[in-house]
Amino acid sequence: MKSSTRNIPWGALGPWLALLATCLFFATQTERFLTAQNLSLVLQQVMVVGVLAIGQTLIILTAGIDLSCGMVMALGGVVMTKFAVNYGMDPYLAILCGLAVTTGFGLINGLLVTRVKLPPFIVTLGTLNIAFAITQIYSKAQIIPNLPPELTFLGNTFVIGNSMGFNATEVSLGTITMLVLYVLAWRVLRDTAPGRHLYAVGNAPEAARLTGIRVDRVLIMVYALAGLFYGIAALLSVARTGVGDPNAGQTENLDAITAVVLGGTSLFGGRGIILGSLVGAVIVGVFRNGLTLMGVASVYQTLITGILVILAVAADQMSRKGAR
Amino acid sequence: MTAQEMNTPSAPLVMQAKGIVKRYGQVTALDGTDFELRAGEILAVIGDNGAGKSSLIKALSGATIPDEGELLLDGQPVRFKSPIDARRKGIETVYQDLAVAPAMTIAENLFLGRELLKPGPLGQLFRLLDKKRMLEQAVTRMAELKVGIRSMTQAVETLSGGQRQCVAVARAAAFAQHVVILDEPTAALGVKEGNMVLELIRRVRDKGLPVILISHNMPHVFEIADRIHIQRLGRRAAVVNPKTISMSDTVAVMTGAKTVDELPDDAHA
Repeated sequence: MKSSTRNIPWGALGPWLALLATCLFFATQTERFLTAQNLSLVLQQVMVVGVLAIGQTLIILTAGIDLSCGMVMALGGVVMTKFAVNYGMDPYLAILCGLAVTTGFGLINGLLVTRVKLPPFIVTLGTLNIAFAITQIYSKAQIIPNLPPELTFLGNTFVIGNSMGFNATEVSLGTITMLVLYVLAWRVLRDTAPGRHLYAVGNAPEAARLTGIRVDRVLIMVYALAGLFYGIAALLSVARTGVGDPNAGQTENLDAITAVVLGGTSLFGGRGIILGSLVGAVIVGVFRNGLTLMGVASVYQTLITGILVILAVAADQMSRKGAR
Repeated sequence: MTAQEMNTPSAPLVMQAKGIVKRYGQVTALDGTDFELRAGEILAVIGDNGAGKSSLIKALSGATIPDEGELLLDGQPVRFKSPIDARRKGIETVYQDLAVAPAMTIAENLFLGRELLKPGPLGQLFRLLDKKRMLEQAVTRMAELKVGIRSMTQAVETLSGGQRQCVAVARAAAFAQHVVILDEPTAALGVKEGNMVLELIRRVRDKGLPVILISHNMPHVFEIADRIHIQRLGRRAAVVNPKTISMSDTVAVMTGAKTVDELPDDAHA
């Protein structure tokens, strides 16, 4: 009896219920919220934070944190666009260069955490500033316009609907990319040996080491992989705004952490489901979108997001205390 | 029954250490210690703090590399550079407090670090887990050892302390080919829980696996051990027979209040 009710991951349902409640609230507040067109827009607004949150989730599952994700993304975006526009590089090669830079930053974070044994909070606080400064210096704080179409390809939309009573709705390729990445990451974490090792490393690093898991190698891989996801997020951000923007990623940086926390992943590592982070990202997006539709100024949106995070962590903490 | 028969001086030596020396800077933790484990026995290793008990166990389980001395497994010299080396040779160790990942399921913990993968490219290339096979094997292996836990898919943290320790011991027993080393398996457990773990250790021995048991708990040692290795000042002071020696004499040798020569002849094993 006791064990059978515990086998149901009640904690995993929390984010979905929160999302449902949020949507219901805004649906009663403004008529324009619950339209297919608007919900598709929310997903487009969410895709950058969503993909950043994938990388962030991997790191938080190992009991780490990455404060640099948005800034690394901004650097990746500037590298991609500047290489393609200013140097006339083949756009695909430029994209690869951008991905290499963000992955390299992740790798450096991982090496500092494992080899020099610095706390992730401090390491990524450092790389946050370093990435921001390099981005500003390299771009001379100028946005990079006139991008080749290959760089904004993921911003393209296609129309679905017009059948089954739905209105025609535009869906962006970026949204699809984000959803595919989430399903992929979810399956890898749940159903592969490296995925389970990541959870073990976050939950009980000593026990993991003693069973023969190479903990340091797992951690380095996780930080590098997170860097790759920030690079993909950079591509999505470039595609969505149509320019290389050195000031990109500033709200997304903390929104990504917010999304992971709202999604129910424990900051102590080893617990959480990555699909929760998608739900968390959508919750953040729905709040910003809904409050905008209600005419609430953006500072207040940030205020509410802050309160939301604290409430989410408090609720999580309380439910865990109950479980023990 | 067979375990009893095997527990004679003629039973073959499974593991043997000769003249092991381990120094940490100025400190000599092991000063030429010997060690013998026979087939089918539970050998308790006891000793005061600083006697070199844990250094000895670390040397046997590959956690440290001794400076001098020889280690034999089934009569063949072996050298372990890491616990993984020892594990490949069939020696499984349960470390105190560090054995399991609490948030993961029992089945996952049993196979942690040696997961069964799907056959073909799905397993080899994508390292996709064969969860069904792992679950089935978890059920049979736990049933073999009569660990009374019904669901292998519940998180280890939902178990009691004794049940958790049973999972750790069962994991070691399930994979060990040669030797199971248990470091303080009944520490921090209540009476009932402790007995549950002792029962399991007996079943592991009766399965034919020799067990090295490090413990501070004298009643537990006397209840379960076939022989007792007393470690003192970095050496093996004596190996005694718990059926013929008193608990107070054992403690006296361990602390140096009595020398080995003062023990009655039949106390030795």
